[in-house]
Parts: sequence; structure tokens; C-alpha cells
Amino acid sequence: MFRRRNEITSTELQYRALSDQALIRAFVLPTIILLLFVNIFPLFWSLILSFSNFTAKFPLVWGKNPRFMGIEQYIRLLSDPEIWERFITTAKYVVLSVSGEMLLGFGIALLLQIKFRGREFITTLLVLPMTMSPVIVGLMWKLFYNPNWGMFNYLLGLGKIDWATDVKYNLFASVIADVWMWTPFVLLLALAGLGAIPQYLYEAAEVDRASWWHKFTKITLPMVWPLLLVALIFRTMEAFKVFDITMGISGRGATAPHLLSLQLYDTAFVTWKTGVGSALGYIVLIMIIAITNIFIKYLNRAKQ
Amino acid sequence: MKSKWSIAIAVVLAVALVVTLSMIGCKTTETAETTAAAETTAAAETTAAAETTAAAETTAAAEETTAAAGGTLKIVWAQWAPADYLQKLSEGFTAETGITVIVEQIPWDTFVQKYNTEMIAQNPTWDIIVGDSQDVGAMSTGGHYVNLTQWIKDNGVLDSFTPASMTYYAEYPKGAGEYWGIPVEGDALGWSYRKDLFEDPENMAAFEEEYGYPLDIPVSWDALLDIAEFFHDPDNNQYGVAIYGDNGYDSMVMFAEQVIWAYGGDLGDYSTNQVEGILNSQASVDGIEYYNKLFKFNPPAFNDAFFIHTNDAFVAGQVPMATNYFAFFPGLANEATNPYAADTGYFVCPPQKGRDGVERQFAALGGQAASVVTYSPNQDLAFKWLEWFIRADVQLEWAKLGGYTCHAETLASDEFLNATPYNPAFAKSMEIFKDFWAVPEYSELLKTMSATVGPYVISDTGTAQEALDACAAEWTRIFTDAGYYD
Repeated sequence: MFRRRNEITSTELQYRALSDQALIRAFVLPTIILLLFVNIFPLFWSLILSFSNFTAKFPLVWGKNPRFMGIEQYIRLLSDPEIWERFITTAKYVVLSVSGEMLLGFGIALLLQIKFRGREFITTLLVLPMTMSPVIVGLMWKLFYNPNWGMFNYLLGLGKIDWATDVKYNLFASVIADVWMWTPFVLLLALAGLGAIPQYLYEAAEVDRASWWHKFTKITLPMVWPLLLVALIFRTMEAFKVFDITMGISGRGATAPHLLSLQLYDTAFVTWKTGVGSALGYIVLIMIIAITNIFIKYLNRAKQ
Repeated sequence: MKSKWSIAIAVVLAVALVVTLSMIGCKTTETAETTAAAETTAAAETTAAAETTAAAETTAAAEETTAAAGGTLKIVWAQWAPADYLQKLSEGFTAETGITVIVEQIPWDTFVQKYNTEMIAQNPTWDIIVGDSQDVGAMSTGGHYVNLTQWIKDNGVLDSFTPASMTYYAEYPKGAGEYWGIPVEGDALGWSYRKDLFEDPENMAAFEEEYGYPLDIPVSWDALLDIAEFFHDPDNNQYGVAIYGDNGYDSMVMFAEQVIWAYGGDLGDYSTNQVEGILNSQASVDGIEYYNKLFKFNPPAFNDAFFIHTNDAFVAGQVPMATNYFAFFPGLANEATNPYAADTGYFVCPPQKGRDGVERQFAALGGQAASVVTYSPNQDLAFKWLEWFIRADVQLEWAKLGGYTCHAETLASDEFLNATPYNPAFAKSMEIFKDFWAVPEYSELLKTMSATVGPYVISDTGTAQEALDACAAEWTRIFTDAGYYD
């Protein structure tokens, strides 16, 4: 006597009070509730607060703390020259660090295409910085940069430049540490992309006596481009909100580069201007979404 | 085959057990060793390592006795030597009452922010907060501290503690007669100097020839600048002075305010909250310009300098004089941590004649007061501890351990004045100290001042007038937004 695959006996039904759909919902529900409380609610709550003058430090008194002020908070922030100066500094940071990482990461990946002894070992070593905590990287580079006894000036013969806290250099200090830490990320993605290029394309190009440059621009780059764009998207998003590396190197006072993320931290958690902090957070969020959307558009085009 | 596997597993388990037990044994021995080491040095050392060791030791010791009858009282303070002293002092309270006291320590960088976060969440994490003086306004207005006014009156605290300490550490609003804390650690900025360099005949002769007056403890801020210039010799790794930069919290503002006051300027009118024309007055500009000039005689990498940097530069023999809070001076008086300890002298912040010809002398206030947390389930224990702490005999013991008492009788006693080489300077500083704004918006005011004055002082960006104009405008906006002018 055979039973059809989905057939349920009456004895089984006795023990199954819930249908398959109900069971699925029961299992998914706790995660949904958790997400609602941990992600969705704070997201909407902070959006509401961004239209108010709320200060977490003082008791909640509706009408006073928070007092809703419409888009005034956003207008105030966007017309503040200091905020724009921070936008520009952050943009400089993003451009310098991400371009450095892309160039170095892809360049090293190309070099690692050359077969030599110990290539795998060197690849592993190159990836190590990425495995470290950004705070540790920041603190470690702060020691390297120390003008009295740090290795950085000593090895480059640069005298007593105070890379970490001199306003002329502190942005570059963070960029260098960021590039050191995150170049391996681009390297890994570039290696994956390069490894996936079919060899017969190069063989065909060889037959056609194509130059190195021709092979690079017509085969290598177009084939790796989608993965490089993925790296670009991730690194741009991360660089935009960099905090820990810079905090470790330059602190967050007048000696630190004027990055948006540091301003956001000070506003929200030092001066406890929760409403202003939320509004600034949303401005940064919208900017990141806009920039990544442009990249994603390019990515989709590259895939096609 | 099966029995072979059983034997192998048994052997592995046995080895694991032995290794685990031996590791536990090592750890116990190690703890005992570090405890002994820390005990011998804890009294005076201010190095971060010693603080951490001592903190771990005291917390562990306190936790061991948690089982004792009477309950447990949790006090939070910053991670530094005075917190170790307070833990040690509270052993006497435990002996008397059976109540265990745990003094939890949080690193300075995040101290204020951490206890603020806990209070915003209304957590009963601690029973007493030994909080920063500027924060009393924010914490009392926020409802996080218990109002101690009646208790203070009932226990005669206003008579036994110095009036200035009660005003700056415990009262909010200032002059309103409402009190929220008991001064625990009185503190102010002071100076250490190398007596051997100052009293060196060659230095003395050269200085007098160059500046026309004898080399001695500076009689004015101008003289201090001359001395810094005289000793500044970067080519030989010698620098004129070690003063604070901007650590992202209050280091820069604390130094800036005392020179502003000394030159006749002010941070504003504390009674009306007016700042325009006061903060950016010519006298205040003179003070900030002075800070900028003096900053140039710092060693390299001092842009974000705070207490560790100035003490380190001093003990490394890089500078002839360094500023710091008195609470960090025990490390300089200890030969184990300062090779120049025998030749180290101390002086108070010097006076200065302003443009108006009036001589003024101020020291920036540091220090903290103990406040009872509104959300504490052990408020009864907290009040018992406060009652015990304000006793004259306990205050004397507190001073002997290295704490900076604000208890008037103890402060004036010969026993206190002769206890350390820097106590006389501390007692004098208690007469000239003054504090920053203590309004609930103080953290915003601090941040603004560091952000506007910092770039000028540290890296010559703009002028002092521009920096103070920007600061005054922003402070006015903060006060306006908060409704102070309504």
C-alpha cells in the first residue's frame, strides 16, 4: 500500500494543529518582529525625530522635547557652511582612498597573475590587513605616525611631520591607513574576476597578435569591470562613513579631519542633539544611496 | 579497536584537565603577583598601566567580599589613581557597615559619555556617580541626580566643605541654593617644574642677561612664556613647556579659560548668559593669543595632548615645566615613575596684569562630586556612604590616601599641607579656581569652543578675534535655541 507524497494520515493530523503556511509564518515571525524592533522602528523613529529638536539627554516632554519644527532642521543643516566644508572633506577622503584602493588592488591583482613561487603565500599576507579591526588599524597607524619615534617619518626620512594631528596632513594620514587596510578587499575581488576570464580569449588574441594593451583594454578590463564596480560600490559606501580609523589616528577634536561621520558622532552622542543628529544621518544616507545608485546603474550596464 | 579509542579519549581528557588546572593555578599566582606589585605602587603612580592593574585588583577584591552582609553599593568614576584611593578608602566603610563598595572605573575618554548614556536609558547600573563638575546642570535638569539640598542642610555640609567647592561641584543653578552632589575630588590646573634647571647658575645668569630679571617660579603668565622661550631648544630635543592641546573633550577649553580670565576676559555673564562682547572682548582675545604663543613651545605631537602627554614629556626630561591637574601629580613625586622626582617643584597658575592694569589669578577647575542616581534601587546605602564620607576623620584619611579633599578643616590642616610637596600649591589653587559653564548645554559649548579656538591655537588658522567671534555667535545661537533669552 503506497501513500501519495503529500498525503497526511489522520493520526498525523491529530498532532499537526498548524498548516504548512502557518508553520512557515510561525518560524519567520520572530525574525520579523526582531527586525521591526531593531531596524525598522529605529529607522522611522529617527526619521520622525529628524524633524524635531529632540535631545535624548532630557526627559521626553511632548511639545517641548521633542518640539517639531518641520524641515527647518534640514534647511539649517544644509545652509551651514561648516557642514558643507565637512561634505567637501569627506568627498576628498572618499575620492583619495577609494581611487588609491582601486588602483593598488587591481594593480597588485594583475601582478599576481604572473606565476611565481610562493604566490599563494604572498596573496595570503597581502590580505591580512583587511582581517584587522579598524580601531586597531587606527591606533597602530597613530603609533607609526608619531613624529618623535614613529616609523613612518623615519623610513621616509620626513623629519618630524605630525601626520596624525596636524590639520595639513591629518586627512592624508587617515587615507593612507584606509588604503593600507582595504586595498586587499579590491585585490580579492579583482583576483576572482581575473581568474574567471576564459583563457581561450587570450589564446585567440595571441593568434591575432594583439598587443598587451589591446588585450588589457579589450579582454581583461571589460571582463573584470563588473567585479571592480562591486568593489567600488562597497568601498565608496564604507569610505563615506569611515569613523574608527580616523578616530584612532586623529581623535575627534580640532586635530581630526573634518569628516561628516565625526560630526555626526559628536552631534548625536557628545552634545546629545538627537534631532539634529538624525537629520544629518538622513542627509548622509540619501547621499550614499544616490551615489551607489549611479554605480549600480553602471554595474547593470556592465553586466549586459 | 573500540577499547583503544576509549583509552585515547580518556588520555586526551586527562591531559586537558591537567592543562586547565595548571592554567588556573598560573592565573591565580599571576593575580597574586600583580596585586602585590600594584599595592606597592598604587598610592602614587598615575601611569595608565598601573591604573588598570590597580583597578582590576580593587574591583576583584571588592567582588570577593560581595557575599558580606549589608548589600553592595556601586560607585562609578573615571579610570585614574583617585578612583583606586576611593576604593581603598571605602574599605573602612565596609568594615563599619558590612556594605560592600565597588568603585567601577571608566577610561576618561568615554567616562562622561558612558554615564550619560546609562542615565538616558534610566539604568540602575550605579548608585552613585562621581561626575564631572560641568555636568551637574545637565544631570540635575535631566532628572538623573537626586536633589540633595535638604540632606546637605541637615548634615551641615555647607559649613564643613569650602563654599567655592559647593558652588562649583554641587550647586545648580548657580546661586539658587539647590545642591546635587558632595565634592569628592577637588582639582585644578597647576604646574610642575624642574628645580635643578631653574636653579642652575648658568641658566640663571643666561636668563637674567636675556630677559632682565631673575629666573624663578613665574610671577606672571608673561614670565612663564619667557621661561618657555628660554629653555626651548628643539634641535637638542628640549622644549619650553608641556601644555594641553585638544583631546576632543575639555582639555583645550580648560587651559584657554584660565588665560582668558587672567588677562581680564571672561566666558560670558553666568547670570544672564550673555556672551557677545564678553567672550570676544579684547581681553579674551589677549588670553587666546597668549595660548597660541605658548603652544609653539610644546614638544612635537602635542596637538591632542592631555594629562598623559604633559606628564610623559616632563618625566622624559623634555620640558622644564608642565601643566596638569593636581590629581596627576602623584606620579611626578614618585621616583619610580619620575627620575627627576627629587628635583620637581610645583607652583600654582601665575597671575597676570591685563590691559586695564588689574592683576588677576585663576586656575581652571577640575574635579568631581558624588551624586546619588535617581534610578538606584540602593539609595539608602548611597546616603549611608555619603554620611560616612563627609565625616572629618574620613576626609583626613581621604587626603592621606592621595584624594583632594574639599573639606575646609582638613584642607587647612598642617597634616594635609605637609603630606605631599604639591599640597600647598593645591590649597592655594582652591582659592583661585573657577569653572566653565555648568548649564545643561555645556557639552555643546565645550565642543564649539574647541572647534573654533582649537584651529587658531594649534595651527594658526585665522586670528584669535575671528575664533572668539565665531564662538560667541555660536554660543549665542545655542543659548537662544535653548530659550535662555526668552
